[in-house]
Amino acid sequence: MPKSVMCGNELTVYLSGDIDHHSARKIREATDALIQQNQPSVLKLNFGGVNFMDSSGIGLIMGRYRMMLLYGGSVKVVNVPENLRRIMELSGLSGLNVFERSGEFCESVK
Amino acid sequence: MFLKEVVNFVKVLNEMTVTFESRSSNEAFARSAVAAFVAQLDPTIGELNDIRTAVSEAVTNCVVHAYKESIGKISINVRILSDNIVCIRIRDKGCGIEDIDKAMEPLFTTAPEAERAGLGFAVMQSFCDIVKVRSNVGSGTTVTLNKRISPRVGNG
Repeated sequence: MPKSVMCGNELTVYLSGDIDHHSARKIREATDALIQQNQPSVLKLNFGGVNFMDSSGIGLIMGRYRMMLLYGGSVKVVNVPENLRRIMELSGLSGLNVFERSGEFCESVK
Repeated sequence: MFLKEVVNFVKVLNEMTVTFESRSSNEAFARSAVAAFVAQLDPTIGELNDIRTAVSEAVTNCVVHAYKESIGKISINVRILSDNIVCIRIRDKGCGIEDIDKAMEPLFTTAPEAERAGLGFAVMQSFCDIVKVRSNVGSGTTVTLNKRISPRVGNG
């Protein structure tokens, strides 16, 4: 289970390690469970602890984006490490306005 | 004269081959093995990350598409050529690709339910200098990735 914190109506999920096709399934299931449980209107995916990501990570963001849209909510992607910038740019996600600088309040991580 | 240059160009300085089963748990192994071999060229962290990412995409294609629900063998051959060029061949004996041009189109995927973004080949193309795909339906696919590692100043 990734670390997460609910603050107001905003759920932050702290992703870490490698995100590839193998690990994405577990991360997806855990994140979706947290969304169901907390029903946030904003889902913040914090990539600060991610060492590696391939296009499986893009699929992961897109999937959560669609899910949150369905609930009338939105997704923010924050704290993207330097080595993930290029794949994030390549993904076309910037057109969906999901990138945001990390908000530094509400830091009591569960 | 020209021929001599071509022969020079393809001189193989070092080579390794690794074969493993198409289990998703081997994806990390595959990209790490290739990165560890390429490390002898003293690449930048960025270049190594590009290679890791491109290999991860190619191997994931083998796991998800070539062999689907079955398990088969994936073989990766890495050659270090003269002029700091790395040539990586990822080969499977899976189902093959019917329409390679279509498969390489960004956002095209046959597995949207698995949340595949359809960006595998786009990532390989963006992160490598040359991407070649050869495929025969029913007998498998070979993806060749070429990338030149920038020479480090002061390296002997």
